[in-house]
Parts: sequence; C-alpha cells; structure tokens
Amino acid sequence: MQPALSRRNFIQLTTAATGGLLISLYLDKPSAIAQQPPPPKVYPPDAFVHVRRDGHIVITVNRLEFGQGVQTALPMILADEMDADWSNVIAELAPAADVYKDPMFGIQRVGGSGSIAHSFQQYRELGAKARAMLVAVAAERWKVTPDQCRTENSVVYGPGNRTARYAELADDAARKPVPQNVKLKNASEFRIIGKRVPRLDSRSKCDGSQKFGLDLDLPGMKIALVAHPPVFGGRVKSIDDRDARSLDGVRDVFEIPLAKGTAVAVVADRFWTAKQARDRLKIDWDLSGVEQADTVQLLARYKQMALADGNVALNRGDVKAMEQISRANRIIAEYEFPFLAHAPMEPLNATVKFEGDKAEAWVPSQFQTMDQVVIAEVLGLKPDKVTFHTEFAGGGFGRRATTDSHIPREAALIAKRLRGTPVKLIWSREDDVRGGYYRPMHVHRVEIGIGRDGMPAAWRHVVVGQSLLAGTPFAMMIKDGVDETAVEGTKDTSYNIPNFRVTVHHPTVNVPVLWWRSVGHTHNAFVMETLVDELATRAKVDPIAYRQKLLKADAKKLHSVLELLDQKSGWRKTLPRGRAAGIACHESFDTAVACAVEVSIENKRPRIHRATVAVNCGLAVNPLTVESQFQGGLGFGLTQLVAKGAITLKDGHIEQRNFDGYAPPYIVDVPVTIDVHIVPSTEPPTGCGEPPVPVISPAVVNALSRLTGKRYRTLPLTII
Amino acid sequence: MFASIRLLTPVFILALFAITIPPAAKPNAVAGLAAWDQVYSVLVSPRCINCHTATNYPQQGDDRHRHFANVVRGPEGFGVPGLNCISCHQESNADSTGVPGGSSWHLAPLSMQWQDVNDRPMSSAAVCRAVTDRSKNEDMDRPALLKHHAEADLVLWAWNPGRRPDGTMRTLPPISHQEFVAATRAWVEAGTPCPKGR
Amino acid sequence: MAKYRLSVNGSEKAVDVDPSTPLLWILREELKLTGTKYGCGISACGACTVHVDGVATRSCVVPVSLIGKREIVTIEAMANDPVGRAVQNAWVEKDVVQCGYCQSGQIMSAVALLKGTPHPTDTDIEESMGGNLCRCATYVRIREAITTASRQIKGAA
Repeated sequence: MQPALSRRNFIQLTTAATGGLLISLYLDKPSAIAQQPPPPKVYPPDAFVHVRRDGHIVITVNRLEFGQGVQTALPMILADEMDADWSNVIAELAPAADVYKDPMFGIQRVGGSGSIAHSFQQYRELGAKARAMLVAVAAERWKVTPDQCRTENSVVYGPGNRTARYAELADDAARKPVPQNVKLKNASEFRIIGKRVPRLDSRSKCDGSQKFGLDLDLPGMKIALVAHPPVFGGRVKSIDDRDARSLDGVRDVFEIPLAKGTAVAVVADRFWTAKQARDRLKIDWDLSGVEQADTVQLLARYKQMALADGNVALNRGDVKAMEQISRANRIIAEYEFPFLAHAPMEPLNATVKFEGDKAEAWVPSQFQTMDQVVIAEVLGLKPDKVTFHTEFAGGGFGRRATTDSHIPREAALIAKRLRGTPVKLIWSREDDVRGGYYRPMHVHRVEIGIGRDGMPAAWRHVVVGQSLLAGTPFAMMIKDGVDETAVEGTKDTSYNIPNFRVTVHHPTVNVPVLWWRSVGHTHNAFVMETLVDELATRAKVDPIAYRQKLLKADAKKLHSVLELLDQKSGWRKTLPRGRAAGIACHESFDTAVACAVEVSIENKRPRIHRATVAVNCGLAVNPLTVESQFQGGLGFGLTQLVAKGAITLKDGHIEQRNFDGYAPPYIVDVPVTIDVHIVPSTEPPTGCGEPPVPVISPAVVNALSRLTGKRYRTLPLTII
Repeated sequence: MFASIRLLTPVFILALFAITIPPAAKPNAVAGLAAWDQVYSVLVSPRCINCHTATNYPQQGDDRHRHFANVVRGPEGFGVPGLNCISCHQESNADSTGVPGGSSWHLAPLSMQWQDVNDRPMSSAAVCRAVTDRSKNEDMDRPALLKHHAEADLVLWAWNPGRRPDGTMRTLPPISHQEFVAATRAWVEAGTPCPKGR
Repeated sequence: MAKYRLSVNGSEKAVDVDPSTPLLWILREELKLTGTKYGCGISACGACTVHVDGVATRSCVVPVSLIGKREIVTIEAMANDPVGRAVQNAWVEKDVVQCGYCQSGQIMSAVALLKGTPHPTDTDIEESMGGNLCRCATYVRIREAITTASRQIKGAA
C-alpha cells in the first residue's frame, strides 16, 4: 500500500486554516508511517458505492461539489480500483454522516485543498474492497479462487470464459464481509486515474437542470430574508412592520438573535415579496457599545502597529545582522491589503424544516458536520435527528464554511418559529457583500538587508491583521499570540534567508473575518514574490534563476516547477515593446506553482495576454481538473488586483452594496490564454483548489514593474 | 416716469451693446448666448452627458463613472449581441429594480460626443459648435433642434430618470424641462449663437 | 397583483403577480424554471440572462409589467435550438463548467452573440461576454468553447 501522506504533510495539513488540530479519531493511515498505528476506521463500501441492477454505479462523494471537480475526481479513484465501467458511473453528494467525515480532519468538510489529498487513499481502498467483494461472489459461484478471476469495466472474468457483470453480483456482494486489507493497483495499472476525464456534471450545468441550494423547491416552502444591523453587532431597538406586513404574501416578521447582536427576519411566500417587505421595514437600531470600524482609521492604526515587532512567529539567526548592511543595500517596504469578500455566484442560502422531534436541512455547505450540529442545537435536537442534505453549491471559496455556521443558524431559528413549514433563507447579493466574514485587511512592513551576493542576508517582517481563529472553536491553535494563518507563506517560506524574523500583531476589530481561498497565502505570497522579484532586478539576475538560487535545495517541488516553467515560457525572451513578463512562484497546501505572465498596459489597466503555469501536485488524478483549477484559480486570484476589489468601511458601515461597487474579475481582467503544465509525478496527490490563487497577483505586478519601473505595494491596483 | 425708464432701458442697453458688439452680430446675440449657457448646463449634466461619450462606453451616476459590467458602445451605439443596451434598459423606467428606461435606449453617436476621450466635458464653445453642426447632429436644423429638446423621448427622460437600485431618486438637470425648452427657443431665435474660443 | 399572459419557451403561461416582480422571479418561482439564476439582482453579473424577442435580456431587472407580448426563451429551451445545442455541446466538449452557477447566463449570452455574429473575433467574444461574471473564472474555456461552437454553426441561425 502506498503511504497517503508523510508525517510532515500531515502536521502541516492539520495546522492549516480550515480546521487544524481536530486530530481525527478516524485516521485511515497505513502502518508504514506511524510507530503505533491507530486502529483504522472501517469505511463500509456500501455507504460509498452502490451498483444498480441496470448497471449504473452510484458513487457517493464525501465532499461538497462547488466547482473544484471533486464529484468527478473522487469517483474516478474509486472506479479505477473497482475496475468499474466509467461510462456508467453516477456521482452523488453525501449527506452529513459520521462515515463521510474527512479522514484527516475528523469532520465532514471541504477546505484546505484537501479533498483528494485526504481521500485518495480512502477512495482507493473503497474501490478495491468493493471489487474484492464482487470477485468473492463470482469466485464462489464458479467454485474457483478469487486469484483465478480478473476484472475489467464492471465485469468479472473467470476461468473457462466465464463472465459475470457487476450488476448481477451486487446483491450478493453486499452481504459479504468487508475485507480488512486489500491490494491496491500499481500506478501503471491505472486506467482512469491520471487521465483527462471530462466532468460528470457538465451537461446538467449547461441545460439548466442542475439544482443548487438556491433552487430547492418544497411543498409549502416559504422564503425568508433577514434585515441585519448596519453595523456588526448592532441590536434591534424597535420595529415598525406595518408597511411590510401590508404586502400580500408576507407571513411573519420577527426578531432573531445573531451570534453578535440581533436582526429581523421576514418570511413570505415569494422572494420578491420578502425583499419588498424587508425594504419597507422601519427598524430603529441600537448601535451603542459596538465598535464602528473604519478602514481609513484602521489603515493608519495598522501602519503604526507595524513599526514595532509583534508576537514572534519565527526567529531564525539574528536579524540584527541588518545593522551591518549599509542603508544603500536595504529595502524597506510597506504593503497594504484590503478586506475582500468571497462573493460566490450563488448567494448564500439554507433550507430547514423543523418537525418537533426531527428536522431536515438542505445546505450547499462546506462544513456539514458543524452546520448539522448548530441546526440541532438551535432546534433542541440531537444532531442525528437532523437529516442534512448537501446541495451543489455555486462556488464557495471558503465562504460556506464558517465556524459559527451563521447561515444555517439563521435558517434554523426561523424554521423553529415556523414549525412544520420548510423555510428557505436567502441572503441577497447586498447581504453577501455587506455581511462580513471577509479576508481581513493587512499591513506588512518588511526590511531587507541585501548581502554582497545579491541575496537577502537579513529580513525583518512584521504582519498586522486580524486573527481568523480568535473567538472561534479553533482558537486553541493560536500559540504564543500567533495565528499561523496570518503568516503562512512567509514564515514557512522555502527561500533560504539566514537571519529571518517574522512577527505578527492581531488587532481586534469589529468585522467578522474568514478564510478566503488560499487564506494567508493571499497576502503573504504577494509580499514575498514581489520583494524577491525586486531583489532579482537589483541583482540583475533572471527572475527564475534568482529564485532557483535563493530556494533551499530540498524545496523539490518548487525547483521542479521553476524548471518546467523555464522550459515552457521561452516566449519571455522575445516579447514586443510595451509587453513584459512577470514571474512568481509559491508553495501552499503542499502544491508548488510557478507562473509567468505576459502583460501590457491598456486603458490604464493591466492586460494579461497569457499565463504559463507549472504545477507540482504529486500525482494528478485528473489532469483536466487540474488544468481547470489552475486556469480558474489564476482568474480568481485576480480579485486582488481589479480596481474595485476592496471592501471598505466608513463609520462602521460597508461602503459597497453589490457588484457595482465591489466588482470581481470579468473576462477582460483575466489572461486571454492560460497553459498549464503538470510535473509528472507519482507522489501522493496534493491539492489544486487554493494553490493557483497566490501566484497570479505578484506575477502580474512584477510584469508591471518592469514596464513602469514602479513598485506596487497597495492593493487593489487602482493606479498603474 | 417709471414707464419711460422701462421704455428707455432697452434703448440704453442696445446703445451699450452697439458699442461693444461687433457690427456683424445679431442684436439679440447676448440673450442668445445667455440662453445657450442654460442649454449647455443641461447638456453637460449627468443625465444627458452620460450617454454622450467619446469612448466606447457609457457612463452612469452623478459622478459619471464608467458604466458597470463592461458594457460597450458597439458598432451603432446599441451595444453588442449578448450585451445590448436594451438587454437591461426597457422602454420605461423600472423603478422596482433601479434601471432607467426610455424609448430605444442607446448611446448618442460619436459625432454627438460632448466630452473628450478622458471623460472630461467639452467647453461650452465646443459643445455649441458640435450641436449646431449639421454634419454631426444628424442633420437637425434649428427648428428640429427645438423639437428634439421639446419632444424626444430620451431627452424627456432626463426629467423623469427614475429610481436608483438603492431606492433614491436620480438627480435632475439643473433647470426644469420647461425652462430648458424656453432657453432652447430663445437660443434658436437668436440664431443659435455660439461662444467664441475653444 | 395583476394577471399576465407570458410567452415562455413557446407556451403561453398565465400568472397572477405583483407587477413590479422581475421576470427572473416569475420564471423561477411561478413557472419553476430554475435554470435562470439569481446572482446579483442589479444586472451586473448576467446569471439571469434570457432571450426576449431574441435579445439577450437580464431578467433580474425587467419587471414583468414591461414584458408584454414579447417571446421569452430560457436556458431550458436551448437544447431545441441549433445554435443553443452547438453552444451546449461545445461547452461540454471543452469542459467549461466548474461550479456551473453562472453558466446558464453565459450560454444564453453566447447564443445571442453567435446568432448576431456567427464568426466572432476574439474582441467580439470579449465584448459580448464582457458583462458575464464567473467567480470560478472559467473565462479561458468559455472563449475556446465559443470559438468551437462558431465552427459548428453553418451560416446564420
């Protein structure tokens, strides 16, 4: 059996943003790794794969599908080991249940780019076990040994030209005991894994038939909208709902508690009625005692804080070596990053039906276990009394995984009052843009002392930004005042910096914050990769060559992608006037990425003609998915550069309302073409959801710097 | 006595102007120019100038920022297939959703641009020249200009611009439509004089 | 509340609704056609795009009272349209979708583009699709799929 992950990877993953140290009781790790292997949890194949009489094979996916392609990739893994006929495979999303928890994290969730990384081994074993059970039945019927049988495309072949289809064997196979140990394929035997397999959900997403959480329709269902306080934590003082209730189809208007503060729920027969009724509410808000955050003031405050060291995240060597370096050979740089909203295309929603002794919920959720627990809590039930369906989600990027499960909580509170009636809670786009849970704003202050060899000899790095984990169930992961998610990408850099001091301040601000696709890497990679580029420019060394020299020798994945990028980006050498190339590389979630972009300036905006990306994600289970994730992830990453890519607050109020004020990247903002190159590897697969995001913004800005001679350290990029 | 002062005042004014105005100018040119000032103030107000751009995009809002969602002019000023002006703008205002509307919503042709490529409004003299140039104004003569200001649906729209998505009413041009028409008439009757200079 | 008779995908549908209701919500809630999506409600994202008398229209901002007798066609009818079919097939061939939520609108916009300009240049594609938002950023593959579809379509639709 092949090891799923090294111990180093495991520890990294468990301290990653989205869930960390919930050490799983369900480690499904092979004994090759641990000295004392914990008893492996048995995953019953029948919870994951069902062979129908008509030959279709339904594979249950223990993850939310929200674009990343997991509803195709995980079934591929299982189907390959099972020797199933891929053309008959159907994927389904698992409801919330113990057996569907992430084997590493111990809760059912999607995040940390861990779906394939954590479930690769698991789904392989499930497929192999399912196969073994089918073969056992055939062997028994034919009175031969399993070794005398082979399988291919949902058929068991026995001696003497005997055949039996999986569909014929399935019922009996289900009664067989699940084998404890199974032999897995050698990589050379893969028939599906490693192939460019088109997505299973393509057609339904092209013909309007795919249902998302927001599309749910149940008999008697009502729509609920919530009027939230204009400042986080505000409370309802009084409500005048006469105007609202006068509308035909308004069912109820009432106050609900929030995690902080209170709000007003409006329930109506239809969305438009609920929206109009909410618009007509006259609510007097009590905003006393809540901090009215203001981004202009926060920026000034953060810059002041950055002048002094914070809590120590890393201290290597002695940064006092800086003092030996003349001012002429120092770089002092201050970076500013705004709040960012995730803004997934499908507005947030959750549907709950409460029936007294049980409940049912339909949620496009990244955090099924937590959401189920919270719904149960609100309704006074045990979690297993809440049947929780995972709906397809229109994007998420981290937004559908909140530690307070605030969306399902609101839905449950409303459903509780409307007992017996299913209630669909919808957050309008305005609610979403203004509702908080942003990527926090940050300031970085960096001082670099450049050695005689042009390499950084001393590096002092101060980060200022809210802690994502403080005040959440994961707060215990904060050690010595350092929330690792704020410094990931800097502290764990593979660049060889001998005297390196990284400290962080975590101010408390009345703005709810959350992990945003690639989390701390979003800002840390930008700082590191623009500064390293500046160093390369000063040293008059090619930016790829400089990075290769600066990287530690054992940063194998990063070296491999820089090499591959160098090979594939020969176009860098022959660019026409007015165009420049920009380079960036970064490793996050165990996947290394290097990127080259070709940029010109058109209409005062960066025009990205092309991007070439090299990826090392270990074994690429589905190279087509990997390609899509990298093309898409680069585009998503450009949210950081677009001119209207900032959430700002004035006197506690969010200044943006919708996509008119907060405008994510459109087609004109992303590269025209993106070619993706995967380093061939048989190492265990690592994630592709988040790794693309951190590299694109620094790559583009590095190209701009070559065009204009300016440095860009304030995001979003409003002036070039 | 007052009556005679009233009668004499225009005489004094005319005498004054006779000294200061070059002989070729019409006697009511000053009044005409004053009327044009009024007309110009409307033309460069957001409700009008936002669609009289020199670029391949319209503007929106009182701050005249580039219209969101990357909408473009298209070959005829009606947008492009898939993203026409009328993809969103209907034949009348949609107050419930905050989208203005009028008859055949579209951009004024580039010949009718009243701002430069950097989105800066052109001077009064430049706009006046453009508006009175029949090779640029779709061949409107003076009576046609007056009729256009008095009756054209998209012009009238400026005084009934509807609600924004946030529920507030869009601001109106600086003078009423009635005053705008009266000023246009006065300007037309004065022979549509234009200020001198750039 | 007011009664309207709407032409939707070739059939007449009678609804009794608040006149200010955007067409989007009539389609989704009254007629249960959920293929057309709510993304923003202010016509900034294109997820709600349908065709009204052949014109790509953002249904989230058009009150039902302004529709009249015009013919509405939604994503659900694209499989019955030769250009629609070509676009959908190209979308599947090029593995465009990720989360898929924006794709009904993308396809409706692309179909309108190809009906108006059967052989669009890269600039045509960029301009016509320029107002359709995709948070998964599938734009690169959208470009490829439109180019592919345009090769399948013989002449104007």
